[in-house]
Amino acid sequence: MNKTMKTVYNAVVILAAAAAAMGIGALVFAAVGANVGKAYAVILTEPLKDLIGITEIVVRAVPLTLIALGIAVAFRSGILNIGAEGQMLVGILASSATAIALPGLPKYLLVPLAILAGAAGGAVWGGIAGVLKARFEVNEILSTVMLNYIAAQLYTFLLRGPMMDPEELIMGSGTPQTVRMPRAAWLDRLIPGTRLHAGAFLALALAALVFVLLWRTTAGFRMRAAGAGAKAARYAGIRVERYLVVAMLLSGALAGIAGSVEILGVHRRAIEGVSGGYGFTGIVVSLFGGLHPAGIVPASLFFGLLLLGADMTQRLADVPANMVLVLQGAIILAIVSAQQFMNNPYVQDRLARKLARLIGQPAPPLPSGSLGACPDPSDSPDPCLADEPVPGNAEAPDAPLSRGKDTEEAR
Amino acid sequence: MNAGSFMLNILILGVPFSVALMLAGLGETINQRAGVFNLGCEGIMSMGAFIAFLPPYFLADTPWAGSANLIGLALAVAGGAALGLLFALVVVTFRAPQGIAGIGLQMLGWGTAGTLFRRYVGGVTGVPGIAVRPIPILSEIPVLGPLLFNHNPLVYLAFALVPVFWYLLFKTPWGLKVRAVGTYPRAADSLGIRVARVRYQALALGGAMAGLAGAYLSLGQAKMFADDLVAGRGFIAVALVYFGRWNPLGVMGGALLFSLAQSLQLSIQVAGIDFPYEFAVMLPYALVILVLVLVRKSRMTGPAELGRPFDREQRV
Repeated sequence: MNKTMKTVYNAVVILAAAAAAMGIGALVFAAVGANVGKAYAVILTEPLKDLIGITEIVVRAVPLTLIALGIAVAFRSGILNIGAEGQMLVGILASSATAIALPGLPKYLLVPLAILAGAAGGAVWGGIAGVLKARFEVNEILSTVMLNYIAAQLYTFLLRGPMMDPEELIMGSGTPQTVRMPRAAWLDRLIPGTRLHAGAFLALALAALVFVLLWRTTAGFRMRAAGAGAKAARYAGIRVERYLVVAMLLSGALAGIAGSVEILGVHRRAIEGVSGGYGFTGIVVSLFGGLHPAGIVPASLFFGLLLLGADMTQRLADVPANMVLVLQGAIILAIVSAQQFMNNPYVQDRLARKLARLIGQPAPPLPSGSLGACPDPSDSPDPCLADEPVPGNAEAPDAPLSRGKDTEEAR
Repeated sequence: MNAGSFMLNILILGVPFSVALMLAGLGETINQRAGVFNLGCEGIMSMGAFIAFLPPYFLADTPWAGSANLIGLALAVAGGAALGLLFALVVVTFRAPQGIAGIGLQMLGWGTAGTLFRRYVGGVTGVPGIAVRPIPILSEIPVLGPLLFNHNPLVYLAFALVPVFWYLLFKTPWGLKVRAVGTYPRAADSLGIRVARVRYQALALGGAMAGLAGAYLSLGQAKMFADDLVAGRGFIAVALVYFGRWNPLGVMGGALLFSLAQSLQLSIQVAGIDFPYEFAVMLPYALVILVLVLVRKSRMTGPAELGRPFDREQRV
């Protein structure tokens, strides 16, 4: 296929994938009894109608960007980090504990310290899964998912107990939340009247940093090599296990920063339900953005739009906000399928054959790695090995012997 | 309450808790033996739980109420098989990576169940569920009676399915095809076994079992539906198969072990022992990680092709 055909083909694949994902979403919209067109219109356009909507999109995009960056680092290094939810929660715990414990510090010290604490907390939680994979070959999807559940319980325990706001105990209301963060720890609001906060700058800065790390440093190259092919990387002398752990530490740290930024910028106290499914949405954002910071930033804005739009459909079109999970799941399935259609030569070959049969064209040549692409060695026996000087004398009694020799040579 | 009856209570509670894990684990065993691991099991269980919940909820005051449970179970099994086939389309035909595709399916299933629940049911409501049917004479035996013979029919079915699946996997031609396809698909292909078709069948069966497991959770165990009903059991079932060495009997043992952790948590609360609730809830999940660490060497004895898409034309 030449260049233009390839671009057209890729565009068709992406459109088909988008249509499939929206189709699955439409099925569920219909099952809920909503007007499909209206529902999609609300999700995609309603949030953009005023300043509050737009800033709320960015507010949601900030933790999504951070988490998606972490997931991209992990995926690119060959480890599937599904534990961003748990890492975010542990980051929140570490960050709020630090902020509450040191209220006297000036702002320029407390904010970085609290964020670093959040990063450290998330890193530790992610590192556990990394070590489990590197040393014990534990499937990282299973371990990170289990760690998510454990972190959720730990979070609830601490928020209902040791870290609960003393005011709650006095008033007797028992809401699981911490005391308000000291003012010195707050991230500034950028536009008064909105929730847009300084964390947005941090997210952009970290996006640039992640790009530099993965594509402009030796360590980043090694991580990507380990992710692309662990065996080859080991052969080249790269310590794959070490970089697995490093990748999980970084991934967890970014999720922890996402949590701490949410607390210091948006809520100003640790509450329940703060992670809001960002951990899972972050995975979709990362895949959607092609596991690259340049794609992740716009993708997180798009998914911020989807998340806010889903909240609005609950009010305007009577569709529960969970709907967004369905869309995310459908999008993941569509993306991974589309990636195969775009990159896997065997899938493309089968598709080409089916199309050729439909149109009546001759079958296209086989991909270079396939069995059929190699000529059968026994078709043209090596003349030096045949007993007869004339090649092609296949009916001679000793021909089977020489053919056997030929195929053995050729193997 | 003395120690003996406390322990016995834990065991008695543990048996019904193991059913969901066992049913999903048996289906997942077939999947993994065929070379595919379906992390969407959790999502299929959510959908199965919700679908099974619907007929008893809506038909409660109609003349259909008596068979509502059966209708729910049948629909859940069918729905589970359909989702399994969807997963097969993505990972067998499109050859997508199974880990991420599984997570996508899980989000799809969980989200759909939650959305439809919120829309059509709203709050948490109970259903009568499946009644306990003690087996006439055997349930009178002092210790073994309440332990083994005093449960609802799905519990008996689950335990009965363990030898059935063992036989299916190890003594039937189809089971041999499944194992061949998971161990050395190229050899199976050369003998004319349609690798893709066998994997589709395995995934459909695995999905059906996951749907049944979810149905058990909503109808047989909790007798209601909630968003977090499945609470990770689908993922635990996938881990169980590693623990059970891809053998139905091992999966049964693993399911009982994990359910003991959960019943221990409940018994601690009932007995009023002062142990933080959240830490008790953490136990099964921490146990899964521990178990995965301990069985790491079993990668050598697992299906060799677990997780690798198969392509006939590919040279290697």
